[in-house]
Amino acid sequence: MAYDSSTWEVVIGLEVHCQLLTQSKIFSGAATAYGAAPNTQADPVTLGLPGVLPVLNRKVLEYAVKFGLAVDAKIAPRCVFARKHYFYPDLPKGYQISQYELPIVFDGHLDIEVDGPDGSKTVKRIGITRAHMEEDAGKSLHEGYVGQSGIDLNRAGTPLIEIVSEPDIRSAAEAVAYLKKLHQLVVYLGVCDGNMQEGSFRCDANVSVRRRGETKFGTRTETKNVNSFRYVEKAIEYEIERQIDVIESGGKIVQETRLFNPDTGETRSMRSKEDANDYRYFPDPDLLPVVVTSEDIERIRATMPELPEAKRARFVEQYKLPAYDAGVLTGEQALADYYEAVIATSKADAKTCANWVITDLLGALNKLGKGIEDSPVTAPMLSGLVVRIADKTISGKIAKDVFEAMLAGEATGDDAADQIIKAKGLVQITDESAIVAAIDDIMAKNPQQVTDYRAGKDKLFGFFVGQAMKATQGKANPEALNRLLKEKLAG
Amino acid sequence: MHTLSIKEMSEGLRAKKFSSRELTAHYLARIERHDGALNSYITVTAERALKHAEAADARLERGDAHTLTGIPLAQKDIFCTLGVKTSCASKMLDSFIAPYDATIVQKLHHDAGMVMLGKCNMDEFAMGSSNETSFYGPVKNPWDTTRVPGGSSGGSVAAVAAGLAPAATASDTGGSIRQPAALCGLTGIKPTYGRVSRYGMIAFASSLDQAGVVARSAEDAAHVLQAMSGFDPLDSTSIERPVDDLVAGLGASIKGLKIGLPKEYFAEGLAASSREKIDAAIKTLQSLGAEIVEISLPNSPLSVPTYYVVAPAEASSNLARFDGVRYGHRAEGVKTLEELYKRSRGEGFGAEVQRRIMVGTYVLSHGYYDAYYLQAQKVRKLIYEDFKRAFERVDLVLGPTATDVAFGLGSKTDDPVAMYLNDIYTIAANLAGIPAMSLNCGFVEGLPVGLQLMGNYFSEARLLNVAHQFQQATDFHKQMPKAYV
Amino acid sequence: MSLSPENVKQVAHLARLELPAEKIGPYAQQLSNILDLVGQLSGADTAGVEPMAHPLDMHQRLRADAVTEPDRREAFQAIAPEVDNGLYLVPKVIE
Repeated sequence: MAYDSSTWEVVIGLEVHCQLLTQSKIFSGAATAYGAAPNTQADPVTLGLPGVLPVLNRKVLEYAVKFGLAVDAKIAPRCVFARKHYFYPDLPKGYQISQYELPIVFDGHLDIEVDGPDGSKTVKRIGITRAHMEEDAGKSLHEGYVGQSGIDLNRAGTPLIEIVSEPDIRSAAEAVAYLKKLHQLVVYLGVCDGNMQEGSFRCDANVSVRRRGETKFGTRTETKNVNSFRYVEKAIEYEIERQIDVIESGGKIVQETRLFNPDTGETRSMRSKEDANDYRYFPDPDLLPVVVTSEDIERIRATMPELPEAKRARFVEQYKLPAYDAGVLTGEQALADYYEAVIATSKADAKTCANWVITDLLGALNKLGKGIEDSPVTAPMLSGLVVRIADKTISGKIAKDVFEAMLAGEATGDDAADQIIKAKGLVQITDESAIVAAIDDIMAKNPQQVTDYRAGKDKLFGFFVGQAMKATQGKANPEALNRLLKEKLAG
Repeated sequence: MHTLSIKEMSEGLRAKKFSSRELTAHYLARIERHDGALNSYITVTAERALKHAEAADARLERGDAHTLTGIPLAQKDIFCTLGVKTSCASKMLDSFIAPYDATIVQKLHHDAGMVMLGKCNMDEFAMGSSNETSFYGPVKNPWDTTRVPGGSSGGSVAAVAAGLAPAATASDTGGSIRQPAALCGLTGIKPTYGRVSRYGMIAFASSLDQAGVVARSAEDAAHVLQAMSGFDPLDSTSIERPVDDLVAGLGASIKGLKIGLPKEYFAEGLAASSREKIDAAIKTLQSLGAEIVEISLPNSPLSVPTYYVVAPAEASSNLARFDGVRYGHRAEGVKTLEELYKRSRGEGFGAEVQRRIMVGTYVLSHGYYDAYYLQAQKVRKLIYEDFKRAFERVDLVLGPTATDVAFGLGSKTDDPVAMYLNDIYTIAANLAGIPAMSLNCGFVEGLPVGLQLMGNYFSEARLLNVAHQFQQATDFHKQMPKAYV
Repeated sequence: MSLSPENVKQVAHLARLELPAEKIGPYAQQLSNILDLVGQLSGADTAGVEPMAHPLDMHQRLRADAVTEPDRREAFQAIAPEVDNGLYLVPKVIE
């Protein structure tokens, strides 16, 4: 934060466009898959051919309601689609079907954690003004053409919900916290894949500044399509600095749309949007009012997954995990599911399982750059490993080697740990006579060290442990080895 | 053959008095001979028609034919026809070969097996009341070729009136089926909004547009409307309700039928000569047992202003898709996007379409929405309520279709408002969404006069029944303009 | 309500219509006449009247989320003014 926050107050509202995870488009049966060859998913409705008509995808409505319920919002019993008009080549009909006066979701909120004045975390509530259903636009491609652009309409008609926050956000950090929370929520709900690189979750930031004590908001700018959490932070910070500079040097902020350039970290005015738009909204006469009954809402509510906050609280309560562990494990639905699968099948100690998942598994996945869904070590595999630690077949130390082997793909299947333990002969030696034999052998070979130890050189105990482990290839049960070694050395 | 009714054609085909190929060839020959003077077709699909006629003959032979299989039909050029130019009579779509079929095209040609003769001329994008706004030139009225056929379905009515098609599809946003049917002496019906799918009908004003048919008699119209009606999952405004049998009830008596005459429809503005014919028709209906009741539709004077807000507003939006990017006219040598849009649209749309786009853009724009659009939607409700009250008292409402017989070509082209007032009696049915039809009730100096019947929602069968009974008692519908007999 | 030639230019810009200079005057006159006609609406008493967007008292039907449309790019682009490699070409889009 480079600006003087005792002089300036920042006001931020975010608009998030979230692509809904449907098979087909919002108003037609064309596919929504990402990455298809240009215009191969552009059917007559997507292309806006003369005479075609839209019919609403049931799943879009259900997902919008689901989102509304998750942010504790009101669900409109009757909402209306409206046409928003502007000419742009990626907008085939010359209007976007959106919602204007009567959105499906309104008056919700999301709680985020922010840094309190003393460095502690406090909870801040960000209002969600509304969320509405609308269709996405296509894409303009500029590379490879001189003086021309190519238009790909595959994305046009992909269902979106646009989630509009209240101007409750006061810093770039808060904006990021809100976005991360929202992202986690929509992915949890299964309504969005959350893929920011592919544009499934996009953010426009409305930023203004005012001197502390002012009651009126300053003029705001809208920075478009900032597509990573880091860029959101950078774009907002840049915009704050820029606006303060303009005001401090006697200028005025122009209400405009700006574009963030990730290469320079700057925002610039978008020429194409300069032309103050008159969107001429009116209710789309091709679509009828959308009615959602309380029975519909209850039916959709019944399909809601456990949400992150509730799950985190349950993990603390049910598994007696520290809040930190519970937070990490519930960060993603898939991770939480993984963890619970390991516990359920291994019946092992919850904290042990948590350590394995958080430290070993996430650490390894991080290095591999993989997500939990693509983990080479599946939940049953890790479970099989944890079971073998619990039943003392292997030591915790050997278990790390087995885990590495599983990660390297040396065995697959639910019994991968057992396969590796067997193949490598890693079964722990618990037979005390075998351990005693090894100890006797070491003591016989190292009489000087035995004498020194008995003379009070306690540190040498570690030497004997090391030798014994070496002799048993690390397979001696550590607890038995310690006990027996102490007895023998004591004479 | 072109004087036969559709029922007679169907029977003739089955009795092998003639084949569909012969019937089709007969109409194609008539088009060849007469349409130069009338300009009722934009595209004649002769080769295709003959091929389809042969397929229809084969289907008749197989015995799995529909009543309408093998009977020729003309399509208004507002309906998308796969592989056939669909221009909406606009330069904008002069190059547009539709890549899909409208639902009614599917129903009439693929399901019922009717043979498409071609695509009929019309006012550009269905905007007009005289068929003079067509990019392909005006259509002439077969009863007097110095006069207009009415619009926007001018090509459809001229073709049927001159015996260049047994029937034709048409569309009606503010009277575009009924007014031309009246001016050319035909029977034309616009069903209840939502009864016929709009999918594939190029949109003018979505909340008003409804497809229908023009034919020589109520019976002919009933057969075709039956085949094109019904629920379509591709149209959100299509009604999920079984279609009544429109043919079975044609012969029912109309004794005791209560007909309302709205006093506003018989006030100043209606030509006395037309009024005489309508009065005579009322007497005929009375003689058939109908009771006449005077009613009032007090908000009718507001229907034209309401329409000329709602329709242009929706049109300005519906026509925004014509931008020269994916199909349609694209201006040559454009350097910037803005030029692409402005020049393609400036060149592609004719003056009347441009006027309506501008009116619509204006009434929807910031600061004017409430005063114009929202107010119009409220008045629309009042007009709807007028009808609702009327239908509590009467079974149907009767009035003139047009203020007068067909007017001269070019006589109103310079005055849009005068042209708009042609639709004064027809617009209310579109605003309310109720079914309405026009039928010939006589001639003034050799020019047909139209009688309009309006019914409550889904009363198509009743309207056709009343019209059919009238036509059983009269022979106006059987007359043809002399040059085309 | 009367529209000036300047108003007509603004509306034509919003509607993306290029109008030849000599047509702007006549359009201004015609559009003013049309607005006078529709201006009659302001006299109607509509206090408490619900606007009617649609003749039907129905609500929106929903379709199943299923892919039903095959790729027909070739057919759709056969009628396009200018395409290349499956893309529709337009003069450069400047953002």
